[in-house]
Amino acid sequence: MTEIWAIFGKDVRTEYRTRYAVNALFLFALVTLTALSFATGGAGISPLLAAVFFWVILFFSALSSLAQTFVKETETKTELFLKLTAPDDAVFFGKWGFNLLLIVLLEIVLTPLFVVMLNVTMTHWGIWITTLLLGGIGLVSTTTLLGALIAAANVRGALFSVLAFPVLLPLLVTAIRVCEVCLGGRSETATGDAFLVLGAYAVISTTAGWLLFPFVWRD
Amino acid sequence: MIFVKVGAVILITAVIVAAFLTPPPLTAMASGGDASRLFYFHVPMAQVSFLSFMVAAAFAIAYLRTRAAAHDRVAATSAELGMIFSVVAMITGSLWAKQAWGAYWNWDPRQLFLFALVLFYGAFFALRQATVNVEARRRLSAVYLIFGGAISPLLFFVLPRLYRSLHEDANQVVTAAATKPTMSAQVAVVFVTSTIGFLLLYLWLLQLGTAAARIHEEIGMREAKS
Repeated sequence: MTEIWAIFGKDVRTEYRTRYAVNALFLFALVTLTALSFATGGAGISPLLAAVFFWVILFFSALSSLAQTFVKETETKTELFLKLTAPDDAVFFGKWGFNLLLIVLLEIVLTPLFVVMLNVTMTHWGIWITTLLLGGIGLVSTTTLLGALIAAANVRGALFSVLAFPVLLPLLVTAIRVCEVCLGGRSETATGDAFLVLGAYAVISTTAGWLLFPFVWRD
Repeated sequence: MIFVKVGAVILITAVIVAAFLTPPPLTAMASGGDASRLFYFHVPMAQVSFLSFMVAAAFAIAYLRTRAAAHDRVAATSAELGMIFSVVAMITGSLWAKQAWGAYWNWDPRQLFLFALVLFYGAFFALRQATVNVEARRRLSAVYLIFGGAISPLLFFVLPRLYRSLHEDANQVVTAAATKPTMSAQVAVVFVTSTIGFLLLYLWLLQLGTAAARIHEEIGMREAKS
């Protein structure tokens, strides 16, 4: 547990010094949101379309910077040091915690901006927050494992979103459906089921990511 | 092996003949009339594409445990076959969907699953080709296969049910097609024969593909030596 905190703390500190990932993440999200807001011209868009916009922004901004946590270790050549000093589980959950922090911050900033700039009406805040939390955990578990995989494969950039999209598809489809309900879309009868799917996705991806991580990390 | 080869040829030939000689399995207009003969090819191919995915994931687990190159070859070959079968299943499915539901692509949950499968295989091969180091390529692609395999039940078993409850109006069409009318004995015989035939074809191709991959690797190693 202390090792997890140590790695988490180290990532937060190095991130605070450079602010590379945070800048990339927030500016990317802001630019995309502005582009969409500008394009729709403040005209009322349907709840479904708004939910799709939100998750597309979240998905691509997450992919633009979440792989960075591992790629950074390779680039600064600190990877070997981390491998020697910290147990695999601590590395995975330390990085996982850092990525989760980034995503939760992004969600906190993005939601009000989204409501203001796209002129949507939020009808169910509770459901919205639960969806973002559960969806965020699934998103982070998947991207943490795949980020390590990208760093280990020595291939950057484009391949990350290609690898992440098919495995994130069930999460995206479900999250978009629930968010549509929160924005005043169809009835909310099935949100319980959707939460189960998002919860199951979070549990499966975290467990699978944790169990598979040593095989990516150690060669 | 000879049993598999002869069996695959005989059964698939029989199914092709039977599919055109017997009346269409689903006669209602909503199921596409004559196009519903595709049922005998589309459904077994979709099943085999899912099966080959599971086989690939199982051999990926075996590879991570034993680190035997043979397991990696089977996993990669099975994924290649899965790609071919899922693309053909997608094409036959959309031809049928055009007749039955009026559009080639409706984003019905099953179509979503096949689509995700094709994307997954595409990403898998991109990863394999991008990784230069042989050992890393095998290890990382095995990890990706297992992770995808862990997620796939959600897409395959859970989402279709969820969609039905969330997506009421559009699902009228989907449910009408998904709740198969009770199969007549004749249809069942052709369908089961077809499923076994495609299964045998898969096994045959898997054996051929694995052997080809082994030869390919050996040639590569000899060229590297000389």
